[in-house]
Amino acid sequence: MNQPTATRKFPEPRTAGETLLSVRSLGKSYGAHQVLGDISVDVRTGEFLCIVGPSGAGKTTLLQCLSGLIPPSSGSVSLRGVEVNEPPAEMAIVFQDYSRSLMPWLSVLDNVSLPLRSTKMPKADIKKKATAALEEVGLAGHLDKYPWQLSGGMQQRVAIARALAFEPEIVLMDEPFASVDAQTRSDLEDLTLRLKQHLGITIVLVTHDIDEAVYLSDRVLVLGGKPTEVVDLIETHLGDDRDQISTKSTAQFAELRAKVYQEIRTQPAPGQA
Amino acid sequence: MNTLKKIAWELWLPIVLITLWLVLSAGSTSFYFPPLSKIMEQFVHIWFFDGIVSDLLPSLQRILLGFLLAVVVGVGGGVLLGLLRRTEEALRPLLELLRSTPGVALLPIATLFLGVGQEMKLFMIALACTWPILLNTIDGVRSVEPVLLQVAKSYRLTLLQRIRFIYIPNAAPQIFAGGRLSLAIAAVVMVVTEMIGSPGGVGYFVLNAQRNFDLLSMWTGIIMLGLLGYLLNFAFRLAENRILRWHHIKNA
Repeated sequence: MNQPTATRKFPEPRTAGETLLSVRSLGKSYGAHQVLGDISVDVRTGEFLCIVGPSGAGKTTLLQCLSGLIPPSSGSVSLRGVEVNEPPAEMAIVFQDYSRSLMPWLSVLDNVSLPLRSTKMPKADIKKKATAALEEVGLAGHLDKYPWQLSGGMQQRVAIARALAFEPEIVLMDEPFASVDAQTRSDLEDLTLRLKQHLGITIVLVTHDIDEAVYLSDRVLVLGGKPTEVVDLIETHLGDDRDQISTKSTAQFAELRAKVYQEIRTQPAPGQA
Repeated sequence: MNTLKKIAWELWLPIVLITLWLVLSAGSTSFYFPPLSKIMEQFVHIWFFDGIVSDLLPSLQRILLGFLLAVVVGVGGGVLLGLLRRTEEALRPLLELLRSTPGVALLPIATLFLGVGQEMKLFMIALACTWPILLNTIDGVRSVEPVLLQVAKSYRLTLLQRIRFIYIPNAAPQIFAGGRLSLAIAAVVMVVTEMIGSPGGVGYFVLNAQRNFDLLSMWTGIIMLGLLGYLLNFAFRLAENRILRWHHIKNA
């Protein structure tokens, strides 16, 4: 496992457990069509929260509201008490489709460096930080390649490195592993878990995969209904040491999985309410 | 070996044609079509190096300045109009009309306002060259992947950074396509404006030679124009291959 380099100063989860991102009665409508009903949740500092729900439930819409990319129709989102109207500097987003979220005309290193250009950091420091972030995700040998010369899993690692280099306190991920094969997917899941523990960042990840949600989460937010509302918020208590095989074969994991599955299944499918 | 093969493959037809011209025109006594060997002799005599200094360099300077001006206006205006969707929609019919008007149609009025000197020539070249670059830049700026704009927003890139790292690179392949078209147009407009304008330039040289019944010199001027156009296009492709390397490898 990589050790954190001395130059990186990720905010310690000094107040772990305290509310970082607060969502209050959030609703989103497109015209007369209400996608999100009345969603309230507090994301705690240092936790891994997965948002899971049936496809079409507006998970991506919710994430975009959380990040300030789109304004909610009602309710509010605040980061440490400050209302989120645009993506805050303490937040980074990893988008679902890596093939479209990376700039094809920039090298891997330049892609990761780009967000740092919005800060006033000297160029040499930017390069150092970007390189460190790429080392963190295991891409030290691919700095000068173009993203499209890498495999899908590696491209998503570039996108993750870009988020890390931005040194956020909270990372939002929108179905980040949806378009890679199963083996790569578990590798990336473990990488994400490791980064979260390693760097003390808070992660909110949207997925439709129940196994993934349970495996990664400290808490799982189950969405359902029409319009979409919070069905349940489950603490997993799976601890920090997780393993794709042993964790997933525990009775506790099976129980959680069944519970989430049931909660999603009993919800009317979107469009049939 | 491969490069040699490639060069040979590209060169065989021109060599055959030139040889044919050389052989078939060898005994020509026609006033209008002198033997190529004579033309070549005259070519060296006229152009090396007096002609290059007095006529080729001014033409080259004109075409490059006019083209550069068109790139600045075309890319700058294209980015602006690409970003201001409503304004562009309102201006679109006007732009299409102006683009469809042959550039040289404005020659009479341009000479009225700007005379027959350098200003008029540069203006005419730049004007005719701007349209393909401008319209292609607008399209290129419009076609940016929306996810990239969300990325830019989430990482708080400034407008200038978005333009530099997203809009212009995204539009670059189309800007170059427009630029290549513009360069060909620039050569045409340069010759035309030189033919009606003040002395100096290869276009003026060709017309002047013809008026003096010096057809041998006229032919050397025409050949020089051909070479100039070819070399400009060659240089342009070199620059394109360098700047759009990612695009060419990606689509190879």
